[in-house]
Amino acid sequence: MLRRYFPSLGVILAIVAILLCLPHFYSNQSFLFNMMLYLALAEGLNIIYGFTGYLPFGYVGFFGAGAYGAAIAITLLHISPFFGVIIGGIAAVLIGIILIPLLRLSGAYFAIANLAASQALYFVVANPSLEKITQGPYGIDLSSVYNADASYYTMLGVLVFAMLLVAYMRNSNFGLSLLAIKEDQVTASLAGVNVVKARSIAWMLSAFVAGLSGAAFGWYTAVFYPSTVFSLDVSVFTIVFVLFGGIGTVAGPLVGTLILYSMYNFIGISTPQYFQLFYGLLIIVLVLFLPDGVASILQKGKVYVP
Amino acid sequence: MNLFAYTIIAGIMYGVFFGLVGLGLNIIFGVMRMINLAHGDVIMLGSFLAYWLYELLGFNPLLVVPVAVAVFFLVGFPLYYALVPRLLRSKDPEMLSFILFFGVSQVIEAVIIFAFGNNQRSIPFNVFGSAGFDIFGQRFPIAWLVTTLVALAAFGFIYWYLQHTRMGYATRAVMANRDEAMISGIDVNRISAVVFCMGLALASIAGIFSFFIIGASYPSMGPELTTVSFAIIVLGSLGNPLGTILGGLIYGVAIMFMQSYFSSWANILPYVLLIAVMLFKPEGLIGKAARSA
Repeated sequence: MLRRYFPSLGVILAIVAILLCLPHFYSNQSFLFNMMLYLALAEGLNIIYGFTGYLPFGYVGFFGAGAYGAAIAITLLHISPFFGVIIGGIAAVLIGIILIPLLRLSGAYFAIANLAASQALYFVVANPSLEKITQGPYGIDLSSVYNADASYYTMLGVLVFAMLLVAYMRNSNFGLSLLAIKEDQVTASLAGVNVVKARSIAWMLSAFVAGLSGAAFGWYTAVFYPSTVFSLDVSVFTIVFVLFGGIGTVAGPLVGTLILYSMYNFIGISTPQYFQLFYGLLIIVLVLFLPDGVASILQKGKVYVP
Repeated sequence: MNLFAYTIIAGIMYGVFFGLVGLGLNIIFGVMRMINLAHGDVIMLGSFLAYWLYELLGFNPLLVVPVAVAVFFLVGFPLYYALVPRLLRSKDPEMLSFILFFGVSQVIEAVIIFAFGNNQRSIPFNVFGSAGFDIFGQRFPIAWLVTTLVALAAFGFIYWYLQHTRMGYATRAVMANRDEAMISGIDVNRISAVVFCMGLALASIAGIFSFFIIGASYPSMGPELTTVSFAIIVLGSLGNPLGTILGGLIYGVAIMFMQSYFSSWANILPYVLLIAVMLFKPEGLIGKAARSA
């Protein structure tokens, strides 16, 4: 039974080993943190997009909800940052529960409604009339609890959690039932899959991962604004990374993020438009010639991708 | 009472313009069943075209309209034949086209920022003369009147095209059922290509006049406009071009009321409207195809 998990767990162990060792040789901690952040987000998005086919264009809404949930818990309720991160994850799940009715929409309609929901959340959080709670557009200051190392390892923990979730889905009956829903909802429900329950669970797990990531990001960054944590770029990057790597596998989104986020740091930081142009063209080429990502090249050659 | 009357009348003028903003997206959706996620970026391109023609050659925005139509027909045909037929043969054309047009939108935005920098541009409000005009004792800028008339003309043209031309007849057939239209000998690809270009041209016309209603243009304004447009066409009737004007009017009047009475929450309106309609009124407004289980 457990044997089938071995390839996935091998990938996870390799990633963890690298991320535990690298800080001792490589001093750019902020790059490593952001890399882990996008790895976790990519796996989180993979849970919902890769296994159920719902493309959450407003994925950043959960990220921002997590960052703000944690920040409010830390600043107003004086909770320790570590538990604040968990509260951030829960805040995102609550938003996810509110948005469950959106799952009744299909395909592109869901994507647009979800995008609209994340924008609505952004305008609520950034609204000056809520300044007492969210500080409105003026941003959050967590510098009193700033701790680079603790938040770094918290993020690593979130990443491991996200990868384990995907490994579970990749190898369990639950993941299989989600894939059945993705292929054909009616047939899946005839075969005994509880469609509404299964996709809602996947949706909330996906939201939880994004919320935890957002909260850890807020803690690590210490000072942030609504426009930072609700930036559409977060959704866009994550979607492009996952599409490039290949959905529905543990390794695909990891590979996609490792390659593209490194590339972004190489060419994108000073002039983001170079990278924007590059990934815009990349999306077009992928959709036309390689809709299932890099992993599908291997899969076509009958190679098992964990 | 004065504010109320002003809000209603301004809302109707805004609404007709916002109908035009959604029209291009809706006509493409009606024929191709694809959501052009680069719609907002085409609007932005239209406004930049108007800005440069005005700055360099002193073109009146009305004169830019034929230029924009010509440009987008020249660009649209090759773009259609390069991207769409290949997509239609794929496994999931609806979702893949959604992602593909998103890529197109990113490319447009990046190229425009390269070319012109990420700055705001605008055309002076008094380009049509500084006189105002009165409706029921309220004074409005002449630019709003011109914009409203252009938008009405666009709707009139689409009505004439769909109802009174042979190609419009074929277009309605493709809208009703793509496969059956093909079987009856209609060149579906050619119709789709023409309508695709028409959709782009309409979006760019909305862009030319966006200065007077929405305000200054900037290269990254596209995604927000796309969402607003989508809200409008969902409100009106998805896939029914003439129904767009209804969505535009609801949106225009609503946004005017929000701005007059609850201005700090006005920017949230399109998103809330969009979600509410999709969740609670999908049968009447968007039909069965949008929703499952």
